[in-house]
Amino acid sequence: MDWETRTVDGVLVVRLNGEIDLNTCDVLRSELDRLLKLYNSPHLVLNLGDVTFVDSSGLGVILGRYRQLTEENRRLAIVGLQPQVKRAFELSGLLRVIRVYASEDEAIAGVSKEVTA
Amino acid sequence: MATTNNFKLEFKSKPENVGFARVVVAAFATQIDFTLSEVEDIKGAISEAVTNAVIHGYGNNPDGLITIRGAIYDGVLEVVVEDQGVGIDSIAQALQPGFSTIPDRLGLGFSFMQSFMDTIEVRSQPGRGTRVIMTKKVSRRADHAQQSLS
Repeated sequence: MDWETRTVDGVLVVRLNGEIDLNTCDVLRSELDRLLKLYNSPHLVLNLGDVTFVDSSGLGVILGRYRQLTEENRRLAIVGLQPQVKRAFELSGLLRVIRVYASEDEAIAGVSKEVTA
Repeated sequence: MATTNNFKLEFKSKPENVGFARVVVAAFATQIDFTLSEVEDIKGAISEAVTNAVIHGYGNNPDGLITIRGAIYDGVLEVVVEDQGVGIDSIAQALQPGFSTIPDRLGLGFSFMQSFMDTIEVRSQPGRGTRVIMTKKVSRRADHAQQSLS
């Protein structure tokens, strides 16, 4: 697994690539926490369009960041789910709580609007 | 039921072997006519079973041994994932969605296995390890496609 980051209008966008499981979830957790602190971004957009596999270990990390940000009135949104990843999100119930957008631009606009609304 | 093929795989309880295990089982599963989506389900189930063995069975001790046995018979894949770790106090409780003894975990491992596979059986005793037996049959559509080709 690897990733690219950028910030747009105060939103941290992390584009992930590869597989998220027990072997990569600890790195993902610590890296997301580090990046959120480093960029001091209020909101996080995770682009999972190039993630080919996720299991409950990976979903746990994403749900953990979602809960943490939401408690602080910050937002987390998702972009792009490949079929296996979408199925895991559906089965876990995460699709009922985390918004999924079709593009990074829509997600960036969406998280900013949610907080100001 | 005649087994047409089988394998046995043994590896250490290291996180990096979770991906290794699911790829091996997925490759074995493609010997019968599973759809791509079914193979993805099998990978998901194996990932959860091996993860449980690593973090629950052996408490993240990388020196434990995990054994996977796979068999194919009559369009069915049977996979047995086994560890010699601490075992499960209450299987009924462990099978409940959202139950986990470790904070920051979803507790959905067995739920995912149940969703991804047709059958799952868990055998465990405290101190005597855990054995998870899962089966999945090729879908009807794939079955028919195979018959029409023969």
